[in-house]
Amino acid sequence: MTVRTLAGHEVEVNDEGFLTDSSEWSPDVAEALAAEEGLAPLSERHWTVLSYCREDAAEKGEAPGLRRISKNSGVGMKELYKLFPDGPGKLAAKVAGLPKPKACI
Amino acid sequence: MKQLVILGAGTAGTIVANRLHRELNDDWRVTIVDPAPRHLYQPGLLFLPFGARDEAKMERPRQATLDGGVRWVQEAVRTVDTEGRRVELSDGRHLRYDQLVLASGSRIRPEETEGLTGSHWHRSAHDFYTLGGARALRQALAEFRGGRLVVNVVEMPIKCPVAPLEFLFLADAFFTRRGIRDRVELVYATPLDGAFTKPMASKLLGSMLEEKGIEVVPEFSTGEVDGDGRVLRSWDEREVPYDLLVSIPTHMGADFIEASDLGDELAFVPTEPHTLRAKGHPDVFVLGDATDLPSSKAGSVAHFQAEVLADNILRAIRGEDLEEGFDGHANCFIESGHGKGLLIDFNYDTEPLPGHYPLPWVGPFPLLKESRRNHWGKLAFRWAYWNLLLPARPMPVPHRMSMLGKRGAAQAAA
Repeated sequence: MTVRTLAGHEVEVNDEGFLTDSSEWSPDVAEALAAEEGLAPLSERHWTVLSYCREDAAEKGEAPGLRRISKNSGVGMKELYKLFPDGPGKLAAKVAGLPKPKACI
Repeated sequence: MKQLVILGAGTAGTIVANRLHRELNDDWRVTIVDPAPRHLYQPGLLFLPFGARDEAKMERPRQATLDGGVRWVQEAVRTVDTEGRRVELSDGRHLRYDQLVLASGSRIRPEETEGLTGSHWHRSAHDFYTLGGARALRQALAEFRGGRLVVNVVEMPIKCPVAPLEFLFLADAFFTRRGIRDRVELVYATPLDGAFTKPMASKLLGSMLEEKGIEVVPEFSTGEVDGDGRVLRSWDEREVPYDLLVSIPTHMGADFIEASDLGDELAFVPTEPHTLRAKGHPDVFVLGDATDLPSSKAGSVAHFQAEVLADNILRAIRGEDLEEGFDGHANCFIESGHGKGLLIDFNYDTEPLPGHYPLPWVGPFPLLKESRRNHWGKLAFRWAYWNLLLPARPMPVPHRMSMLGKRGAAQAAA
């Protein structure tokens, strides 16, 4: 675990760069994380995905897997790969400040 | 009279039915629901494409696998009403239950992948997870004169996660035996980042693939299949061409799970990982492939879960607390071709490690190591399946995983 400063906020991240406490997340933090992954600036469609992931995780207690996102967020699988090219399930969770989805482990 | 209703009479449901029928008193009636007239020995499907002709031994009439006192209803399920505690069958009849067991398994859904089914399905694109699929593939392999054979896992989870690797090992041996191995390219396209889900086994199996000249295409998430052009395309637009495709399609739970809104996005039922009770439904238990648990979808898991689940139903009926008895234990024989095999043993927390099974230091089966004994163990298992496992007679293996005599345990625990 390391503490780092993203967009002026102190957040704790694990070895793979995922936030360890999703309550430390904010839209600014998301933009900063997205920039590191080469995804900035985040578009409205990115935000549709991120908002769904955060809502679903708040309800279920874990980050949604890729299939779940594509089924429920209104953004289909093809577009998800366009928005988050190097593994949408993992990247969406990371930028949304959630743990790595179980399906990716 | 109290009613225990079990939906699905595969490995998991059959063991639970036979065991609980013996252990519940006369106030209880055990009913199992399954539309299929015969019970299929699924591990046999792996050998069928390579010419195995003992199909007759792969199936038994359903009734012969169930204890005399178990009532079998040969009908499909339409929905489950957990509020009203009743099951609606596809002929409109209803079954009331006091305790319900979901053992409805998983099945392949090739239609979930664009272009996978069509006129080329079971001609140049095959599966071996169904009896019909395995038979069609047997013919295709017998006629195969050379070219690129691609084994593709569309997405996880799948039933028996080692089966695609076993298929490749057996294909290598099959083409070698026929003297055309040098004319066949063997390719494994998988969504995982390596050969298997667990690091130590992935490393060993990965180097076995390499030794046998099998190419691995990792992190390949299949988006569509172009059946005419014979190309697999991933979501991130990479292409893998093939002459013969052996697909392990998307797996999903039963339709009635979806229709009853009891499942997740793949119709697998959210289940408490150690007690096997359905989350949010105190009178419903789940086991085998039907759960959403991260344990393997495999017969050995169904067997270990059946013991925990049966005990917990007896506890629930007596009004006692449930035991957190299931540890994710799985063990799988892996055929590696040329009359040899491996055995792996693992659970939720511990990956497969070297050692011996079922007796520490003694075996007779070595773990995570190729041997002839493991191959014979796999073949002999069919007898045990019909005669010990399904009738729920005592098996000489504990349901909890043992760490005794395993090497590398200290590192794995660290």
